[in-house]
Amino acid sequence: MTEAIRTDALVKTFGRTRALDGLDLSVRQGEVHGFLGPNGAGKTTTIRILLGLLHADSGTARLLDGDPWSEATTLHRRLAYVPGEVTLWPNLTGGEVIDLLGRLRGGVDQRRRADLLERFALDPKLKGRAYSKGNRQKVALIAALASDVELLLLDEPTAGLDPLMEEEFRQVIREEQRRDGRTVLLSSHILAEVEALCDRVTIIREGRAVETGSLADLRHLTRTSIHAELAAPPNGLADLPGVHDLDVEGTRVRCEVDTERLDGLLRRLTAIGVRSLVSQPPTLEELFLRHYGDQLPKRQRTEAMSG
Amino acid sequence: MNAFEGTGALVRLALRRDRIMLPVWLVVFVGMAASSASATVGLYPTVAERVAAADTFNRAQSLVALYGRVYDPTSLGALSMIKLGGTGAVFVAVLAILIVMRHTRAEEETGRQELVGATVVGRRAPLTAALLVAAGTYALLAVLTALALIAVGLPSDGSFAFGLAWAGVGIAFAAIAAITAQLTSNARGAIGLAVAVLGVVYVLRAIGDTAEPGGPRWVTWLSPIGWGQQFRPYAGNRWWVLLITLGFAAVATWVAYALVARRDLGAGLLPDRPGPATAAGGLRSPLALAWRQHRATLLSWAAGFALMSLVLGNLASSIGGFFSSPQARDIFTRLGGAKVLTDAYLAAMLGIVGVVASAYGVQAAMRLRAEETAQHAEPLLATAISRTRWALSHTTVAMLGTTMLMLVAGLGAGLAFGAREGDMGRAWRVVEGALAQVPAAWVLTGIVVAAFGLAPRFVAAGWAALVAFVLLGELGPLFRLDHWIMDVSPFAHVPRLPGAPLVLTPLITLIVVAVLLTAAGLAGFRRRDIPVP
Repeated sequence: MTEAIRTDALVKTFGRTRALDGLDLSVRQGEVHGFLGPNGAGKTTTIRILLGLLHADSGTARLLDGDPWSEATTLHRRLAYVPGEVTLWPNLTGGEVIDLLGRLRGGVDQRRRADLLERFALDPKLKGRAYSKGNRQKVALIAALASDVELLLLDEPTAGLDPLMEEEFRQVIREEQRRDGRTVLLSSHILAEVEALCDRVTIIREGRAVETGSLADLRHLTRTSIHAELAAPPNGLADLPGVHDLDVEGTRVRCEVDTERLDGLLRRLTAIGVRSLVSQPPTLEELFLRHYGDQLPKRQRTEAMSG
Repeated sequence: MNAFEGTGALVRLALRRDRIMLPVWLVVFVGMAASSASATVGLYPTVAERVAAADTFNRAQSLVALYGRVYDPTSLGALSMIKLGGTGAVFVAVLAILIVMRHTRAEEETGRQELVGATVVGRRAPLTAALLVAAGTYALLAVLTALALIAVGLPSDGSFAFGLAWAGVGIAFAAIAAITAQLTSNARGAIGLAVAVLGVVYVLRAIGDTAEPGGPRWVTWLSPIGWGQQFRPYAGNRWWVLLITLGFAAVATWVAYALVARRDLGAGLLPDRPGPATAAGGLRSPLALAWRQHRATLLSWAAGFALMSLVLGNLASSIGGFFSSPQARDIFTRLGGAKVLTDAYLAAMLGIVGVVASAYGVQAAMRLRAEETAQHAEPLLATAISRTRWALSHTTVAMLGTTMLMLVAGLGAGLAFGAREGDMGRAWRVVEGALAQVPAAWVLTGIVVAAFGLAPRFVAAGWAALVAFVLLGELGPLFRLDHWIMDVSPFAHVPRLPGAPLVLTPLITLIVVAVLLTAAGLAGFRRRDIPVP
């Protein structure tokens, strides 16, 4: 499978800040790729380099088999972009902005435009300054989604959308996925959204990719939580490899188990006899916290010091 | 909650934001006053020389229209400060408009006012804070200017009168800006309205000052710029004029408060109406978008240019008929007669109009930077539009806009003048003279584009260059600067048409310089990061 996006050891500094510190990113053609990280991790900087707006200090970036810096204009015909912070021209209506951006990209699909306007419940007649944050976001989303392109670069696209619209957005992206060849890079810090949409995920921290893979791959590295009601009180569960935080109350069992050791635990439980079982796969949140969790105490420390 | 609550905190915020800008402006104004005065002091050491110079000045209708009258021919101060009381006061007024707008409508437009307004801040506090900052700045300007003029050797009471005259103009325009800030929902439009008022009152003053005795001289009293001159610094020092200015400012501020009470945060007085659901077929290029963004502003500038040039062109034909005594007429004829003097007046007027058109070019080209920092450029550059094409869109509007403004000015002045003279052939020569100003104005646009591409944080260099070039032209001869220094200014190379022969070499050179500056800016823009914060 070919790659739609590939960066190797990408570095970008702004003065003394090192926004990207050797970022490796690989997005396969046709997949929805989640690009996860907290605020300031370097997501927007990466996307701007991929758009040829910023020049990387070192490292290489390839986009749709082209050089994002020197071939920016030709590559842009094949992609659409939704910026993280959408600001509209105050005296242009939403409809005008959608048409303008679409035309500058090479054309608007009128049927699709009308369909998206309806689905996102956007009034295209309002002037830019009259839209709320969520509605500005919708204008940018519709402008991007209404054009027939191979690649969508979405920088926190649902920021400001209400839950209904967020759901509509997910629906549209799932449809995009079914149309062949379309690739989506979805930068976000909303884990549920990434979990719902993405085939593969890259987690970025302080300008580096700390984890990359399919959700299934990543889940494998973490623990599944088990709640079970057994036929008889168990014993010896604590000796099983990979079982943590074991809590036994009569016939009731709660524990966490390394996902790769799940099989062993289940065999033991079924041997005793299972009345009910709830097995909860690790959420992306847990994955995320594993990589960022150590920042929390640090922040609390500085708060304590400054307070 | 008290409507003024939080004013103190907002004043401190404004002073914190302007801690560099305000001192720089103060230094520029005080330095301008002191250097102009010290240069003139050496130029006319005896009373006889002053009287001769002042008489010549007062007789030239054109100079009176442009700068005002010298009210005491024997007074060194009155003669020294005549230009600064006229055109200098315009700059003072512009600064007042910018200070007020920066802390009122511009803050609302960016949404920062919402953040501040949600705290314990009264409805009237932001406007009050802006006016207090402006008033404080001008009080300081009055004192510093007076001290500088006294230090140069001018009488102290006249120097304070001059300082107060400037301060009065500033405070009056701060109040005018307070009103226009309530009318439109964007700062650019509100600044445009206030500047239009400035243009109108400048022309009113010119009409009043050039009126015959018994004519409509009272028109001067309708103009805040006129009030500044009716202080008559060094020529009677009429302190009571300050009461008129302050009274006007009080009434205008009251009107502004009344408007504040009537409107919503962020809104103008006119409600936003819905627009088209689809873009017109023509809106499919960066240039079409730039035109949409500039057109309202450009058309209002053009209206202002038309009005100004009609009045100034009309005045041109009255120059020949002003001299009543046979001796004066004799001197007049020896100086070259009506045609030469009228041509000189028209050339000087077109020169000033050319500077104003350059200012349009500078602000239009600076839109490039504004679009970048407002993140409007990003979505456009993420489409199939090259950086060069996008940057050229606003540059084109800036350059064609200045051309259009000068064409309007030339046609307005030419037709008004030609109609009065009954000679449309001379009208055409005025148009020619107006268009000759265009290449110099393009150089200023080129400077902005060069800064935008190569050093985007310093696009305001366009304004600095414009002010520097004007000062070089105004003060260079006084200081007897070397020619090569004064030749740095593009305006020094404009043939003074009508009257002088039309020479193409300097015009072509200016065009080449403008093109090279633009090309350098575009080359820099192709290589740099976007956005540069």
